[in-house]
Amino acid sequence: MNIPPRAGVGLKPQHYREILETVPDIGFFEVHAENYMGAGGPPHRYLTAIRELYPLSLHGVGLSIGAARPLDRDHLRRLKDLIARYEPGLFSEHLAWSSHGEAFLNDLLPMPYTKETLQRVASHIDEVQETLGRQMLLENPSTYIAFAESTYAEPDFIAEVQRRTGCGLLLDVSNVHVASTNQQWDPFAYVDAYPLGAVQEIHLAGFTPETDEKQRPLLIDTHNRPVDPLVWQLYAYVIGKLGPSPTLIEWDADLPSWGELHAEAMRAEAHMESYAPPQEVRLAGTG
Amino acid sequence: MQGLAERQQDFAKALLDAARATPPGLVGPDGLPSPRRFAVYRNNVVAGLIETLKENYPAVHRIVGDEFFRAMAGQFAITHPPRSPIMLDYGAGFPEFIDGFEPAATVPYLADVARIERAWIEAYHAADAEPLSAADLLAIDQDRLAQVRLALHPSLRVMQSRFPALTIWRMNIAGGEPAYVDLDAGGEDALIIRPGTEVRVHQIPMGAAALVRSLGAGGPVVAAAIAALEVTIHFDLSATLAGLIEAGAFTGWSLERDAEGDPS
Repeated sequence: MNIPPRAGVGLKPQHYREILETVPDIGFFEVHAENYMGAGGPPHRYLTAIRELYPLSLHGVGLSIGAARPLDRDHLRRLKDLIARYEPGLFSEHLAWSSHGEAFLNDLLPMPYTKETLQRVASHIDEVQETLGRQMLLENPSTYIAFAESTYAEPDFIAEVQRRTGCGLLLDVSNVHVASTNQQWDPFAYVDAYPLGAVQEIHLAGFTPETDEKQRPLLIDTHNRPVDPLVWQLYAYVIGKLGPSPTLIEWDADLPSWGELHAEAMRAEAHMESYAPPQEVRLAGTG
Repeated sequence: MQGLAERQQDFAKALLDAARATPPGLVGPDGLPSPRRFAVYRNNVVAGLIETLKENYPAVHRIVGDEFFRAMAGQFAITHPPRSPIMLDYGAGFPEFIDGFEPAATVPYLADVARIERAWIEAYHAADAEPLSAADLLAIDQDRLAQVRLALHPSLRVMQSRFPALTIWRMNIAGGEPAYVDLDAGGEDALIIRPGTEVRVHQIPMGAAALVRSLGAGGPVVAAAIAALEVTIHFDLSATLAGLIEAGAFTGWSLERDAEGDPS
């Protein structure tokens, strides 16, 4: 089932029952692939039931596409099995790394934007798309530091990866705001430089404001609160350029009630509904 | 300039070792080093792992308190980072770590409580299977019962403790009420299993754990009964088997090695 150009939310075990009992009106659900890699049990039971009612997108957090080391083939196979089982409309992963040697570091770590990294990321995405037999979406990161050796601006790097691999993109608008604040970039210029034609999904989430040792703002991508007003502004700008697009509210810690989470998704939908199509489309409709 | 592999190696080492300096060339917007920014990653990794352990070991957390738990789990996280991106598998070695964690020596039953919680998580995510009913097992020729081999439910785990660890665990999960426990009251063995939707934790009699282990290793009922009798001469085979059947412990039986019987 394709993901409609509507709002969805990240599916949380705390909300399984209420969703099945009330069958709320929502565009889609998204799950972290790794949370459904157990052999059996209630997570699969609930996801199967919810999948019968709603479109699903699958979001990987453990593939470590940006690692220097080769991709974990066992993990790729598990992803392939999960995709075969749940037939998600979209599959996305991150521009980040998290595996080194034997250890999995359980965070989305940043990387230098260099030619070497570009080749590595592109060859890993080629391998993912070939193994899974489908296109994947690549998500832009939230970052707290920069690498002195980087030679590409982030949107240029992502555009080049996209061009080389033909992957789709997941534009995390909150990550654009977080990274732009932390790195002192202009978030609107970031969006302007981003290859929007390849964007198939948007993420929105809350962050925690802190400061660094020089009292500069440092936003932490915590997914534990409502979407910030500045992110809604940037989202409106993105929707103005893209038109309605599948938009996910990510809320992973300090979870709200189902009602509050659903209301947050409806807010994204209201933005999409107020989108005014470009003029030539309206002319075509009246002429 | 370092290559990507060396860059990530230095980054990873510094993440897990707070005594290491921030790797060079990691900078803030002014192009100058920013240890505070690097510390965000360090904190994300360790705090994330501690949070995972806290979710998976709620009774251990309640028994020792938040501060002690964070110190213990943080030590575990640094010395035992995950080996797999599947975080629901994380923390399998935590009970053994607690056994050897010096500051926890005053809480000698803590590791066994952790073993129950680990078994609970494993049972929750184990493969689904339909347990045999008593009626299914009545179909076995009673004269050959001693030679029957029983297949265990994939979610089944046993935990043996020389402490009343099961009682302590129950008191410290959600809805439990901690109370005085006589640690010398004798050990408790537990069976942890998810025959359907919910994980169940049962106390099992002495010898039952040995019986289950022997059956799990593929031995016939008679060998398993002998293993249980070696634990206690008071072992009651039929009562224990009846209890296990009721708990949903078996999913198949056979009279031949490697050939599972069809219960129908």
